[in-house]
Amino acid sequence: MIPLSHFLIVGAILFSISVAGIFINRKNMIILLMCIELMLLAVNLNFIAFSHYLGDMAGQVFVFFILTVAAAEAAIGLAILITVFRNRRTINVQELDQMKG
Amino acid sequence: MTLELFIFYLFAVITLSSAVGVVTARNPVYAALYLILAFFTSAATWVLLEAEFLGVVLVLVYVGAVMVLFLFVIMMLDIKIDTLKEGMVRYLPLGLLVAVIVVAEMIFVMKSSTFDRAIPEPAPLSIDNTKALGEILYTEYMYPFEIAAVILVVAIIAAISLTLRRREGVKKQNQGEQVRTRKSDRLRVVKMDSEKRTSTRQEERS
Repeated sequence: MIPLSHFLIVGAILFSISVAGIFINRKNMIILLMCIELMLLAVNLNFIAFSHYLGDMAGQVFVFFILTVAAAEAAIGLAILITVFRNRRTINVQELDQMKG
Repeated sequence: MTLELFIFYLFAVITLSSAVGVVTARNPVYAALYLILAFFTSAATWVLLEAEFLGVVLVLVYVGAVMVLFLFVIMMLDIKIDTLKEGMVRYLPLGLLVAVIVVAEMIFVMKSSTFDRAIPEPAPLSIDNTKALGEILYTEYMYPFEIAAVILVVAIIAAISLTLRRREGVKKQNQGEQVRTRKSDRLRVVKMDSEKRTSTRQEERS
């Protein structure tokens, strides 16, 4: 018998580790993408825990769609990364200031 | 402590420590490998929550496809790690502060009496998880499911068209041109007067 709050706390810690990762690795674009994947994993853990706790399959369907969208996002993100590296020879986020935003 | 709780704590500790590894690893390859470990152990946690299908999908799609793509890209690019890690120590205090505040707030909320209940002992399932998910996915969520397929197609086309490049000065075939070609493009019939053969022979002899 595992209390529900255990799963939620694990998800919360995982989420905040990846938030801290975005602060720490704010130059390396690949690690930033990986931190986003970790965030999605934490959210998925919450969804599945609630789905099991409430006995509702809708949470698992949501996780299914999140996985789909996250896979598409990773593919497009890495394609953009390759294009950026090809044009600028770097993936340092702070050097990507062409648009002067 | 029951065996189930022990397994949960074991997997949770492995997941969280490998997440810390992802964030702090100097080499992006190590970060990707730690991320694979995190995905794998969370798949085990999902199986513990009786979401077997999603656990298997997580291993197949993430460990099998997405992380291999990450590793492929990391090893393909020629990245200088030293310059990318410069600001790490500088932003560490702020990052830790934000993370600790987020964790504290979330734990404060989730430890409240609303959530601090044991997961109910599940009723014996008449059908397994995969079948239940399939039944709901192909009936109630049919339309979102098809939109998800469209999203994947968009992702394929976007990824290909972003990374496709036409190099200048490379010789390659154009199949469309080859198929569309006609006789008049390749063959030229030249009308000219015939020459006398005898004259050339005499020159050779002499």
